Amino acid sequence: MDDFGHAFALAFEMIARLDADLLEIVGLSLQVSLSAVGLAALIGLPLGAAVALFRFPGRVAVAALLNAFMGLPPVVVGLIVYLALSRAGPLGVLGLLFTPAAMIVAQCLLVIPIVAALTAQTVADLYEEYDEALRSLAARPGQILGTLLWDGRHSLLTAVLAGFGRAIAEVGAVMIVGGNINHATRVMTTAIALETSKGNLALALGLGVILIALSLTINLVALTLRDAARAQHA
Amino acid sequence: MPDTIDSLLPLELSAVGFEAGGECLIHDLSFRIEAGPPSIVLGPNGAGKSLLLRLCHGLIEPSAGRIGWAHTNRATIRCRQAMVFQRPVLLRRSAAANVAYPLRLRGVGRRDRESRAAQALSRAGLSELAARPARVLSSGEQQRLAIARAWVTEPEVLFLDEPTSNLDPAATRAIEELILAIHRAGTKIVMTTHDLGQARRLAGEVLFLHHGRLLERSPAADFFARPQTEEATAFIQGDLVI
Repeated sequence: MDDFGHAFALAFEMIARLDADLLEIVGLSLQVSLSAVGLAALIGLPLGAAVALFRFPGRVAVAALLNAFMGLPPVVVGLIVYLALSRAGPLGVLGLLFTPAAMIVAQCLLVIPIVAALTAQTVADLYEEYDEALRSLAARPGQILGTLLWDGRHSLLTAVLAGFGRAIAEVGAVMIVGGNINHATRVMTTAIALETSKGNLALALGLGVILIALSLTINLVALTLRDAARAQHA
Repeated sequence: MPDTIDSLLPLELSAVGFEAGGECLIHDLSFRIEAGPPSIVLGPNGAGKSLLLRLCHGLIEPSAGRIGWAHTNRATIRCRQAMVFQRPVLLRRSAAANVAYPLRLRGVGRRDRESRAAQALSRAGLSELAARPARVLSSGEQQRLAIARAWVTEPEVLFLDEPTSNLDPAATRAIEELILAIHRAGTKIVMTTHDLGQARRLAGEVLFLHHGRLLERSPAADFFARPQTEEATAFIQGDLVI
């Protein structure tokens, strides 16, 4: 396959000359996905912990929903956000459609179930160990939730990274709500889809190589930092 | 807080029973625990000692009977007692942060928290380890840290569940000294052990538990000199009590 060799060469060449268009696309990809994951963590971590800790009506339904939604089709989420943000939709007045903000919202919705479901599992395991000790120390439910999230921080990083992997890799949602507009809402995955459809397979593959390398780097850095911190805390 | 002037004790158990999985593990326990010298719950493994402590501490509910403190306010009752577990559960933070943790839960301000935590660490002989992650300490140090964390709120009652099992003599001695210091500072000690020597060293009174029943309760000197039941006699003589 000559295409692969060509693709790698093209990828390295683009990186080597710091292609401005490439940097813009990579930058926007990171900005959108990192913001989406940050927001999703703010919501998903406490949500997952609450599902693990508290007995409330509908708890099982929420847990099942979170698990099922881990595999939510991005195009469907994109479509729903599109409808909500379109001019006639309930949030149309915000004028967010075809902006990075809309892309962040869509990816955030995709990532929340992943972060929350994985968090619920981690926190439930930790709670078994901590339950009596924390109650003995007179911790209130909200305090227990905060303590378990903090003490589970090393394991929870994996949940957040899984969410990041989902966000940076998906194309359906950002395509629909962002529109793949050059210099405005084009990210790596939508650029790959576009170049493929134009027949620029080498360029598409080159972008793919960069996308995977980027994802790999972020995971490596995060896991290395985690292991260093974990080793310190045994 | 008007609550602080009156006492949690006595703790009163009336006809307390506990069942799990269809098996009755605690039978019809009725007694009072008063302020004063350490009460040591003694008995062979499986006698229900840990269970009794967890019932008293309110971690589990009795299946029958009643456990009541002189106080009725639940939050007050919870905040003014503490428990140290056989296997300490330390948070994944520094030793100092572990000791400061119960104070933080109680809304104690940062500066006050830090000075009280430092004081508790020093009383437990752990000052030099304050910045170390709690979970890398040795088991003896971990247990002393757990005791310091329990003591930092100056509870009225401290329950200790076999705090020195699996520790070497030096670590055991350090912990016994710490327990006596806590007793002298005015905290009521209620502790389980199956170590007779330890019971002799620490006990003011002994509650002898066997198969979930309270067989004897007497001042320590009387218990060791003149046990009233066959089981207790055998236990003191070091025979296997089944």
